[in-house]
Amino acid sequence: MLRDITIGQYYPTGSVIHRMDPRVKLFGTLVFLISVFAYKGIVGFAIVTLFLAALISISKVPFRYMIKGLRAIMILMLITALFNLFLTPGEVLIQVWKLKITKEGVMSAIRMAIRLTYLILGTSLMTLTTTPNQLTDGLEKALKPLAKIHVPVHEISMMMSIALRFIPILIEETDKIMKAQMARGASFDEGNIIKKAKSLIPLLVPLFVSAFRRANDLAMAMEARCYCGGDGRTKMKPLRYQSLDYQAYAVLILYLALLLALRVVL
Amino acid sequence: MATMMVKARQLVHEYIRRDEEGNPIATQAALDHVDIDIEPGSFVAILGHNGSGKSTLAKHLNVLLSPTEGTLWVDGKDTSDMDNLWKIRQNTGMVFQNPDNQIIGSIVEEDVGFGPENIGVPTDEIWQRVEDSLRAVGMLKYRSHSPNKLSGGQKQRVAIAGVVAMQPKCIVLDEPTAMLDPNGRKEVLRTVHELNRKKGVTIILITHYMEEVTDADYIYVMDSGSVVMQGTPREIFSRVESLKAHRMDVPQITLLAHELKQAGLNLPDGILTREELIEALEKLQV
Repeated sequence: MLRDITIGQYYPTGSVIHRMDPRVKLFGTLVFLISVFAYKGIVGFAIVTLFLAALISISKVPFRYMIKGLRAIMILMLITALFNLFLTPGEVLIQVWKLKITKEGVMSAIRMAIRLTYLILGTSLMTLTTTPNQLTDGLEKALKPLAKIHVPVHEISMMMSIALRFIPILIEETDKIMKAQMARGASFDEGNIIKKAKSLIPLLVPLFVSAFRRANDLAMAMEARCYCGGDGRTKMKPLRYQSLDYQAYAVLILYLALLLALRVVL
Repeated sequence: MATMMVKARQLVHEYIRRDEEGNPIATQAALDHVDIDIEPGSFVAILGHNGSGKSTLAKHLNVLLSPTEGTLWVDGKDTSDMDNLWKIRQNTGMVFQNPDNQIIGSIVEEDVGFGPENIGVPTDEIWQRVEDSLRAVGMLKYRSHSPNKLSGGQKQRVAIAGVVAMQPKCIVLDEPTAMLDPNGRKEVLRTVHELNRKKGVTIILITHYMEEVTDADYIYVMDSGSVVMQGTPREIFSRVESLKAHRMDVPQITLLAHELKQAGLNLPDGILTREELIEALEKLQV
């Protein structure tokens, strides 16, 4: 159960997209998200689909692997689709008792499902092609201007990368505590939902205690290694734009401009 | 004589327990008028069982704690002067007990680069230092691995590399082997001894394993916050009775030699290794 947590999973293939600067990919994700909600008409849809398909094939991440990420949001998608299906007013197609399915409802349910699917595919493409550290580095650099208005950008990105580093350690620890409690007769998958929730208490309390102890130790270790915040720090792997990145920016802007132009024209 | 790497005079540290309003309800002296001298380039061990104050002393060496009373100089710099803080931390590296809780990066080389990044080393030099220090601890081929996949001994060697990359004059190891299996323990000790020999780094090894300190240049034994014994390993281990009085485990060979001597055999004091014991016993037969 716990092994399924896949935050920040990285699928190395060494493709062009993997080699891009994380800032480009962050910007690209943003552009793609906008485009998914901004496209209009069948031509716009075709362009977005083509763009996504092209990105996936360039990234060399197997399509089947990407689909895996969709399973987790199946329920969410179903609920959204159902709401759209039944609650959109318009020309009635079928009516059962008080539930009406309208033509507009069917259309918007399909549109919503497609948008959500593309949304997930687009964002997971970013996490699959970027290591967590690159991602936090990229965020830090991209959000740097916010530091001027006293947003603790460096601290936030440091917290994120530490959190990512400790996920596997805490998962292992949870496993260990679970086994220790099971050895003493605790059961975690019996009874109704309240009973299940209650049985998690002896798991969560020691987990929290040890997480705090770890945090304390880590803070001391960081201090001992002269960590004193972002000022005066140098980077072992500084982010520098390559010509590839500029080309990618150009492609992204062109893509967005094309879609927006289509929206205006159509 | 050159400046001492570490010099403590009448060093006192008290932990103050407070109630909810912040009023002190109890004080506990973790260090009680400690005097210590450690020469540059030496390998010094500080022994003591749990609660003897040895870890508190270690934290003082890196200015993670400040003295309540008395003075501590690290490389000639007073640790109670906050202007010296970063200089001292840069010059004395610290390796802790739990290997998982001191690795910050999610890739080995990024973790080793963390210290140099903090002290503002230029990028090219960071790469050079990372490579050199990973080589020094024999972990170069794991540079792009995730630390989660390494064994305890390997993680601890990465932690040591992270300290070495800051090019400290002195490395303090606070029970670095307590959570390791015997193999990992050997790995770490070998690495530390090599650093001491090849790079001339002063090593301060804090431990409660007697077996680890037989190769040290000098030993301090601590109990209840005070230094109760000091001397070379041979001097320390020849006083088996007083070691036992301070609840220290004496190495088996030394204990065996001691018992044999008590039983009437004419053996010298302070036998540290199996070879020495065999030699001494062979002499007896003649």
